[in-house]
Amino acid sequence: MPSNTIEGYTFTVNDEGFFTNREEWSEPLAEILAGMIGIDELTPAHWAALKFMREDQASSGVTPTLRRMQTQGNFDVKQLFVLFPGKPAKKMSYLAGLPKPVGCV
Amino acid sequence: MRTIPDGFILPSFGGTAVKAAEPGTEPATSGGGYTGPRKLVLVCSKGNLDMAYPGLILANAAAGEGIEVHMFFTFWGLDMVNKKTMGNLQFTMVGNTAMHMHDLGGIKPGLEHWSMPQWMGRIPFMTKIATNMMNKQIADLGVPTVPEFLDLLEAAGVKMWACRMSFDMMKMIEADLHPAVQGVISATDFMELSENAQTMFI
Repeated sequence: MPSNTIEGYTFTVNDEGFFTNREEWSEPLAEILAGMIGIDELTPAHWAALKFMREDQASSGVTPTLRRMQTQGNFDVKQLFVLFPGKPAKKMSYLAGLPKPVGCV
Repeated sequence: MRTIPDGFILPSFGGTAVKAAEPGTEPATSGGGYTGPRKLVLVCSKGNLDMAYPGLILANAAAGEGIEVHMFFTFWGLDMVNKKTMGNLQFTMVGNTAMHMHDLGGIKPGLEHWSMPQWMGRIPFMTKIATNMMNKQIADLGVPTVPEFLDLLEAAGVKMWACRMSFDMMKMIEADLHPAVQGVISATDFMELSENAQTMFI
């Protein structure tokens, strides 16, 4: 399994680059990774989504989809597209130190 | 934008967050040599419940991947975005030879693959029963109803269009349409819309 190192943080990833061990994630690391995928600053709104993702994944074992973020977390989908432009679910799962979502909806 | 160190494996997020191109590699092209951003056009032509979902699910997946998505509703597909019908789409067994019931496997193994005879679909209220069953199965998977799905797609930035000819033929008025539908457009408009797009007819 390959691993990434940046600014003293090391974490294992799959072939695509997603985290394989959520325990290797930390908040300062997420800040660094955000800068690498075009998100300059993680605001409280960003953090609310990332923290929900981690909590939900911890209880369900599966990374939530956007639809689940909407129904279970009461997040506004439109807002998530603004916060994490382009591929919101993938970007959020990456910054939350989780595998990418696998659900269809 | 932070620079990405050598050897760092970063998932592809498109847009500004792509990995630096390796020297000598050409940008990805589709068959026609088009190199711009990916765009998907879904033509939704059916008003049956089971035929509404493929378009909705693909549109949702594409929007979540940052792909520009347009849905064009034509003929019976207009029922998907007509406020008077979209919450009440039906599923019929008639004409569907792939109609199996998973639960029958509990009675006798193998029966879950049995193709149910066509006459059963014509029993009174069978369409209603089959529709209720399918709606339940969809809800059990956490998949939204058609009207809710349209709201979700609107929030995800999917653009929706109604077909002018079908709209006129079915004597619809604009107030009938789900608010996510941005306009009633002609076949010529559709040609402009679908330029350089991957197009699917459903």
